[in-house]
Amino acid sequence: MKLLRLTPENTKFPFMRFRRVSYPFSAVMSIISVLLFIFHGMNFGIDFAGGTVLELRAKNGVADVAMLRNLGDNLGLGGVEVQAFGNQSDVTLRFGLQPGGDAAQEAAVQKVRAVVQDGYDIRRTEVVGPRVSGELVQSGTLGVVLSIFAVLAYLWFRFEWQFAVAAVIATMHDLLLTVGFFSLTQLEFNTTSIAAILTIVGYSLNETVVVLDRIREMMRKYKRMPTDQLVDMSINAVLPRTLMTATTVLLALAALVFFGGHVIRSFSLAMTWGVCVAVYSSIFICSPMLIYLGLRTDGRERASTAEQATAEAPEPAR
Amino acid sequence: MLRFAPWKIISILAMTFMAFLLVLPSLLPEATRTSIQSHLPHWAPFKPITLGLDLQGGAHVLLEVDTPSVLKTQVENLRDDVRRIMREERVGVSGGIGMSARGVQVRLANPDDMAKVLPKLRALGQPTGNVMLGAAGASSIDVTPGEGGLIQLSVTEAGVQDKVRRAVDQSIEVLRRRIDALGATEPNIQRQGSDRILVQVPGLQDTSRLKELLGSTAKLEFRLVAEPGANPADVENLPQVEGGTLPVEKQVMVQGEDLTDAQPGFDQRTSEPIVNFRFNIRGGQKFADVTTKNVGKPFAIVLDGKVISAPRIISPITGGSGQISGHFTVESANNLAILLRAGALPAKLTIVEERTVGPGLGQDSIDAGKRAAYVGAALVVAYMLVTYGTFGVFANLALAVHILLIFAGMAMIGATLTLPGIAGIVLTIGMAVDANVLIYERIREENHMGRSILSSLDAGFKRAFATIVDSNVTMFVAAAILYFLGAGPVRGFAVSLALGILTSIVTAVTMTRMMIAVWYRYARPTKLPI
Repeated sequence: MKLLRLTPENTKFPFMRFRRVSYPFSAVMSIISVLLFIFHGMNFGIDFAGGTVLELRAKNGVADVAMLRNLGDNLGLGGVEVQAFGNQSDVTLRFGLQPGGDAAQEAAVQKVRAVVQDGYDIRRTEVVGPRVSGELVQSGTLGVVLSIFAVLAYLWFRFEWQFAVAAVIATMHDLLLTVGFFSLTQLEFNTTSIAAILTIVGYSLNETVVVLDRIREMMRKYKRMPTDQLVDMSINAVLPRTLMTATTVLLALAALVFFGGHVIRSFSLAMTWGVCVAVYSSIFICSPMLIYLGLRTDGRERASTAEQATAEAPEPAR
Repeated sequence: MLRFAPWKIISILAMTFMAFLLVLPSLLPEATRTSIQSHLPHWAPFKPITLGLDLQGGAHVLLEVDTPSVLKTQVENLRDDVRRIMREERVGVSGGIGMSARGVQVRLANPDDMAKVLPKLRALGQPTGNVMLGAAGASSIDVTPGEGGLIQLSVTEAGVQDKVRRAVDQSIEVLRRRIDALGATEPNIQRQGSDRILVQVPGLQDTSRLKELLGSTAKLEFRLVAEPGANPADVENLPQVEGGTLPVEKQVMVQGEDLTDAQPGFDQRTSEPIVNFRFNIRGGQKFADVTTKNVGKPFAIVLDGKVISAPRIISPITGGSGQISGHFTVESANNLAILLRAGALPAKLTIVEERTVGPGLGQDSIDAGKRAAYVGAALVVAYMLVTYGTFGVFANLALAVHILLIFAGMAMIGATLTLPGIAGIVLTIGMAVDANVLIYERIREENHMGRSILSSLDAGFKRAFATIVDSNVTMFVAAAILYFLGAGPVRGFAVSLALGILTSIVTAVTMTRMMIAVWYRYARPTKLPI
């Protein structure tokens, strides 16, 4: 049986030459992401913005979107966002935080419920008060920051500092671009999105570590090779694996996007984007960074790699 | 590489079998499961994996004890205590007792009385903190004597905290009684943080009823309706359920605490829904006294500051029981009976977060999750097959066991399966084969460099292992942080991701290696099939 190969055997792409293109490109993309975040903003879900979401299904099969839109004015709740998805009967209704603290949110829901419950089944209700949403923002931010520091520490411990810094820069790059993606697409940003971002951080580092691992190995083997050649060789060596794994993950994610239902669609889309960015950055951002950070394969550095090699000799049982 | 100790093979097979047993209950239809369960000893762990509220439907409500209202009650009690002490000690007060947000102040008419009342006032404070642990902290009340007979008493921060903590504990008890009366299966009521209570009721259809039960303090009072010309200081206007207000005396005749039972019923004459109640001995006595003295006058039944009804006392009520009528529906009469039986909440509770999912949407999510999982798994399996052939079969077998182990792990630690959790599992299907891919590609590479088959296999596994560990640790760190910071569904995602990482190392590394070793021994290949 002829087996499928995504990559030709023994590729020798000069990836490092692309750093003159990839760095300006990524810089521009990052700046665009920041600008989007500042000027276009994020579509924060009620987890972070506070407010109420009701998911309704019309009992007669057709939702009266116009009536639901006017509900906000009629009940004095401010703007009501009505979103239809897929079929005619299902809509989500979202309105913002009501002035007057936590109790006011509950009162608003009761009002809406009273109006819609004759014509619609209420399939989901989510009410997040002002204080809880504030706390969710805090813990979400804390989680992302903590994970970056934890990984920085781990990589520093396992590799040399240039590797840790390069990995973290690549991860921040992926984070920024993911934020930009959320802003551009206006996908709802909620606690599941934080889960997506942390998973992207994990995946991005996973990619990066595989490349860095090989670079380290090559460094020990070819002590006199110039860094850019060495990095190129390492990337080409792991290229089949990188593309293979990215494909399996993307296949799984495609299944989630198309069949996983609307509740987790924004999660699945963000993950798909994040995986692509992570593969790109592990090759074009992280690895060239080692050259800029002055990783050298001769002289002084050789002593430290030799040290590290002996220090790692009694590795755990496999 | 070839030597694979028999005990290792046996233990891997045993582990897989155990995992299968753990997952089995979740796979069987409910009827089969219950019939098997009835034949098993009750300690046997034969339970399906718990589904999260987002999948089975249900209500998640986060309540917060209203700290300002706790403080307000504390200050009011403090004022009453101070007044009592002044009266008992016969100490004159000039200008009454002033109340502020955090305490009260009083000016003694004769500053020389200071020495007499100070010890009494100081005794009002109680030690805060956990007395059992011997950590008697600061007093709950600060007493500061000032110039010219001025005394300031303020409730300390520790005092408020202490009260809030106790209010949470008491509220949990009351809420448990109320929710049990709803007949809900396995509600989960627990403290969260210092001043919050999390209530989770799975499978509940009608959440508005739940919220009614959670939201009302249910403080019931019987008071006399004020007569015209009564001292305005003793009277307050309370809103009536039917609308309008009614002047009611501030003094409470009998309180809800003195009730022993409350049941919904129907009025014999009007057949209107009512609530029948019975007092304990003390309450019955008080009620009898008051009604005997006030025949012909109306009294008000006040619930949470609202007058439900104000019937006229026709004759003394001495039997210790009575009824409340007030334009109830059958349901609202039933609710009130539940609330009165369960007792009043010690403080006002505010709903700060609510997430309810109807059973219909839950089932839709389960279906969507299943479909995504099947499609995702099928795609990955097919892709591994066309890429790696025989080795792809090994990877796919390992993948099957990997999924089995995730579910077994969840059943073992009693984790909850949520929709993001399913997404996490689908994601790990894509990522679990990464370890296989790393190993296989390395084997190919070593083979291309001219190593023999056996030596490439060996080198492939050995060299890829360090990379697998390093790359998975980073992913695991992200999952762990997500677990500790996330809540609810997101936590379910973290659990399945973390479990997936752990089991993928076991299955992709150890199991694949075992299969390849066995395969090599029997097939004796002359050429690597990848």
